[in-house]
Amino acid sequence: MQSEVKFAGFGGQGILLSAKILAHAALEEGHEVVWIPSYGPEMRGGTAYCTVVIGDRPIGSPIIKNPRHLIAMNRPSLEKFAATVKPGGIILINANLIPIGSGRDDVTDLVVPVNDLAAEAGNLRAANLVALAAFVARSGIVGFDILRRCVEEEFAAKPRTLPVNMAALEKGRQAAAG
Amino acid sequence: MGKILMKGNEAIGEAAIRAGCLNYFAYPITPQSEVAEYLAKRMPEVGGVFLQGESEVAVGYMLFGAAGAGERVFTTSSSPGISLMSEAISYIAAAQLPVVFVNIIRGGPGLGGILPSQGDYFQATKGGGHGDYHLLVLAPASVQETAEMVMMAFPLAEKYRNPVMILGDGLIGQMMEPVEFPEQLRTAPSDKSGWATSGMATRGSRQRNLVKSLFLDPEALNNQNLLLKSKYDQMRREEVRYEAYNLDGDYRVLIVSYGTMSRVCRTAVDNLKAEGLEVGLLRPQTLFPFPLEAIRAAAGGPACQAVISIEMSMGQMVEDVERAVCGIRPVHWYGKCGGDVPTPEEVMDVVRGLLDGDR
Repeated sequence: MQSEVKFAGFGGQGILLSAKILAHAALEEGHEVVWIPSYGPEMRGGTAYCTVVIGDRPIGSPIIKNPRHLIAMNRPSLEKFAATVKPGGIILINANLIPIGSGRDDVTDLVVPVNDLAAEAGNLRAANLVALAAFVARSGIVGFDILRRCVEEEFAAKPRTLPVNMAALEKGRQAAAG
Repeated sequence: MGKILMKGNEAIGEAAIRAGCLNYFAYPITPQSEVAEYLAKRMPEVGGVFLQGESEVAVGYMLFGAAGAGERVFTTSSSPGISLMSEAISYIAAAQLPVVFVNIIRGGPGLGGILPSQGDYFQATKGGGHGDYHLLVLAPASVQETAEMVMMAFPLAEKYRNPVMILGDGLIGQMMEPVEFPEQLRTAPSDKSGWATSGMATRGSRQRNLVKSLFLDPEALNNQNLLLKSKYDQMRREEVRYEAYNLDGDYRVLIVSYGTMSRVCRTAVDNLKAEGLEVGLLRPQTLFPFPLEAIRAAAGGPACQAVISIEMSMGQMVEDVERAVCGIRPVHWYGKCGGDVPTPEEVMDVVRGLLDGDR
């Protein structure tokens, strides 16, 4: 079984980082994993996307046209990629920047005001972690405790950010449950 | 040390250090600049030399000098940068110096683009620089294999006193995968006292060593070329490496593909198998020496009707595949080289198309 998660948004929204944290968590759980950035002539404020492939056997193609899940942090990302998601997948929609739904009846829209929740947690920049936590809590793609541990490790050099980051994860988890 | 998540480019840097290479000279170019970024930090930590040259031309001759003095040395670059180094690569091969080159290919020709490509196959396997020389060319398909091949490249370069090239593409450099390095930090360098200009006092020897590529006497030059040829023939006998996938059944099509492209093909082979169509995949891990015999044998499989070379170029490796197959089966080519890597679905369509009218 293989799952692909596409992270998409503006450059600067922490797309590559949240994807890396998911990849790390999957590795910690013993899965095969590949993290594939959309490297290209992108600019700050332009689009950024990144795909994480998680599997139980060596991963073949790193070229993924149809991911199982999508985390859309801005409207252009949803409009561009909603149609590519495989039926049965989850599309996380950042409600603060995206006033529309996926328009699909064969996927689950997980609508979360990730910017508001990040601000409540103490820092707007943690919006990527809110979205990641909500997605992980809903999909169960990796264990939530492992996710927490990987976030701690990622920010080990910046211990002052830990309370905000943990609060952001908790906000995301609750949003997915509610 | 367990598995850690690393970009291919970072793994190249770490693997070189663990292979005991403490000299890195380079000039930055996308999509491999993370190697320089990584080693700018790591080399000082291990007492090594990180040196950014003023150009790739200069870097090529810095490599020549350091290798001539008996140091383990390597560089990384991408296509246009390798073109600039190609003069020095010819001199390095002529002077029989062990240097490791990594080419993380981007789209070409010219400045091309910065996305993945395999358009430097000819350059790597057939020349680049002038004269009768070959590089030993290794083509990894994952971050783990990239690290292993970098570590393998240094002893191979010293065994043959010949430059070795790791040929990857932008995706190999940019993607992250789990990678595990062996525990030991160094492989012992070979004894270079017989040829390196490391100083007579250092060697405790009265013998003068001379590193050169100029042979004005026709007989001497011919002998020098015969000597080089004997090394390339030995590589052909001893260093051919490839991976066979789904080649033990009754496959109807044989795909030959390397690097990132081979992973896409592997997924296509799995998907086609699920549909009931058996397809074999042979992945060359060495591009020079090329697995000619293995491909010929696989092409001769009882159910095999066609062979196809699938590559991110306009048909380069296919010439070697044709040379291997020797006309016993039709040989086809499919590829793209703008940076848009073909998907498994495209590969599946192409393979089905080869059998159309026959199903």
